[in-house]
Amino acid sequence: MRLEVGSILIKDVQFGSKTEVNDGVLFVNKDELASIAGDDEHIASVEIYLAKPGEQTRIIPVKDVIEPRVKVSGDGGVFPGFISKVDMVGEGQTHVLKGAAVVTTGKIVGFQEGVIDMSGLGAEYTPFSKTMNVVVKVEPIEGLHQHEHESVVRLAGFRAAEYLGKAGQNIEPDSVDVFETKPLLEQVKEYPDLPKIAYVYMLQTQGLLHNTYVYGVDAKEIIPTLIYPTEVMDGAVVSGNCVSACDKNPTYVHQNNPIIHDLYERHGKNFNFIGCVITNENVTLSDKERSSDMTAKLVEFLGADGVIISEEGFGNPDADLVMNCSKIEKRGIKTVLITDEYAGRDGASQSLADSTEHGDAVISAGNANEIIKLPPMKTVIGYPEVAGTIAGGFAGSLGDDGSIIAEIQVITGATNELGFGYLTARGS
Amino acid sequence: MTFKVVHYINQFYAGIGGEEKADHRPEVREGMVGPGMAFQRAFGKEAEIASTVICGDTYFNENLATATSEIIAMIEKYSPDVVICGPAFNAGRYGVACGAVAEAVSDRLGVPVVSGMYPENPGVDMYRKYAYIIETANSAVGMRKAVKPMAKLALRLARSEKIGSPKEEGYIPMGIRKNMFTDERGSKRAVKMLVKKLKGEEYITEYPMPVFDRVSPSAAIKDITKAKIAIVSSGGPVPKGNPDHIESSSASKYGRYSLQDIDDLNSENSETAHGGYDPVYANNDLDRVIPVDVLKEMEKAGDIGSLHEYWYSTVGNGTSVANSKKYAAEIAEDLHAHGVNAVILTST
Repeated sequence: MRLEVGSILIKDVQFGSKTEVNDGVLFVNKDELASIAGDDEHIASVEIYLAKPGEQTRIIPVKDVIEPRVKVSGDGGVFPGFISKVDMVGEGQTHVLKGAAVVTTGKIVGFQEGVIDMSGLGAEYTPFSKTMNVVVKVEPIEGLHQHEHESVVRLAGFRAAEYLGKAGQNIEPDSVDVFETKPLLEQVKEYPDLPKIAYVYMLQTQGLLHNTYVYGVDAKEIIPTLIYPTEVMDGAVVSGNCVSACDKNPTYVHQNNPIIHDLYERHGKNFNFIGCVITNENVTLSDKERSSDMTAKLVEFLGADGVIISEEGFGNPDADLVMNCSKIEKRGIKTVLITDEYAGRDGASQSLADSTEHGDAVISAGNANEIIKLPPMKTVIGYPEVAGTIAGGFAGSLGDDGSIIAEIQVITGATNELGFGYLTARGS
Repeated sequence: MTFKVVHYINQFYAGIGGEEKADHRPEVREGMVGPGMAFQRAFGKEAEIASTVICGDTYFNENLATATSEIIAMIEKYSPDVVICGPAFNAGRYGVACGAVAEAVSDRLGVPVVSGMYPENPGVDMYRKYAYIIETANSAVGMRKAVKPMAKLALRLARSEKIGSPKEEGYIPMGIRKNMFTDERGSKRAVKMLVKKLKGEEYITEYPMPVFDRVSPSAAIKDITKAKIAIVSSGGPVPKGNPDHIESSSASKYGRYSLQDIDDLNSENSETAHGGYDPVYANNDLDRVIPVDVLKEMEKAGDIGSLHEYWYSTVGNGTSVANSKKYAAEIAEDLHAHGVNAVILTST
């Protein structure tokens, strides 16, 4: 599968009478966007805001972040199974409004939604302080259950991203990157002398608001399977979860999976990147055993010499991470794991809920329990009062002056376990 | 400027006496005493030992709280830039005293502490997170070798310099995880580490996997119809309104709640504080998280001896293992005091 990804660099975003990209500026027709995002009988109202890097703006509670993309050629469309028909994606050409993002907010669904600060200390911890954000605030009608509320907001975000992405349809991209993975036997032949690397992509599927979808299918229900890495870039994997903000993978991070990008970067140089296994993180032991067995089997079946395994979430999924690691290592295949840590506010506790002697190569995305003080912001989009309720906050988190004292767990993307950020932790 | 150092030593190193003088009460002397001379030589003119605090090991260990307070008061008067404790080598009680002083100095005075111990000294395990403990030989034969790195590290702390990793600086790992930003994103570091691992080259894991303690289960209850049963849960079950404000994640506390007037949990009298799952079904009927209704029926029918009058609850979501252990120890003590025979533990 071969995908050309054309990046249209977005330097600024402004409201305008027509939604279009003009000389690197994304103009947004506010009313049209609101009506498309809000096209659902379960939505009472939609408001649109802009939040730009460096502004004294806070978005809270953040549900998802999505990158506007559009398929220019090749089968299917973005977010297959939700927005587009279920046709397979990952081939042809896709345009990206690079530097722009849709951020969804609104009344809180559960507990585990995040904070994005566009400036100040908190901005250093989230990748989305560097993007030009079109914030879609969605309020559902009364009487929806939490899981319905989550679904309504998720789909509104996808509609908004698809709508904005279309503005890039006929724009000449500033740069084009080509990503290609061939059918396995051909791919192996291409670099016969290099070690073969696969990627084990763990998806958050603990259920009860912790869901990830693949082509519209709840990944809880899948048996681990193979996916071409380029399928992910067209939105085949999307977030539908309210797990802690710091280490859930917003849809944006799936679309830009940094492990896939960094593996492609050295593909053909240090190793042969042969493919990607997606697996889940279900809560029952039999599910965990089945999924980790299948994952190890698929990695062996591919003939991989080594894998990177990424986790999503923490605690319960630590067990999946450890089972995947030990079962793959036992087959003589080398592993590197990416996780984050819950070492307590003082950093003195052990960081994972499970352990294996095979896990001798671990990348840490930082200690999520570390306390941070976020300064007050001039503008708050959303509901600041949830600061004490969201995971990582506590009674008294929100100061009278609008500052927030909480764990970095509350910050969207702070300890991302796909290695999207630069934070890490070390022992002293 | 000359930095000020306070030195803590025991009665033996102060030349007061051995075991027979170990009940020596805390005293403070101006300037250096005993091993302080070697430290002063190593400091040169950059730092000065302003005073030496001396305490007998037996007195300290038998009067931990009061001895610590007396010693802290003595140290505080000199407003030191850094405090040196020991070195204690493999002397257990001396090591514990050095560690306890280090804990109090760093917690109460906010002043950095350098100590020196043999790795198996019990003071290391108990207090390593409060002091930079240089690894020493197991006896005073290693004094000269210990003083040099201890003095060097003390000066660097006094100068407020950034302290490197345990390996670089020669101190025993404190076991504290600290966040920092790196130059390369995590995914890139992972790819590089995998390349090294495949080539058989050396790499350093960013997180050495933890070692778990294992708990062996108690013997089974012989006669359940006589047993007093309690409920403990990390699923966050709390009375309606979450009166103790137990956090939805990273709980800083646990709660104990009465079951005296409750036969059945419902949306009127209870809810969950847990932020790790969709709470709808738990909030509709909290018996789904802790089986109060069934246990009350079993109690009435005589199927179990009795149901303990309280349930204990915290939120497991994101809560550190160290905190969980602390809550568990307190809860276990309370269960024990109430004569509870068995516990139903539920999570989510």
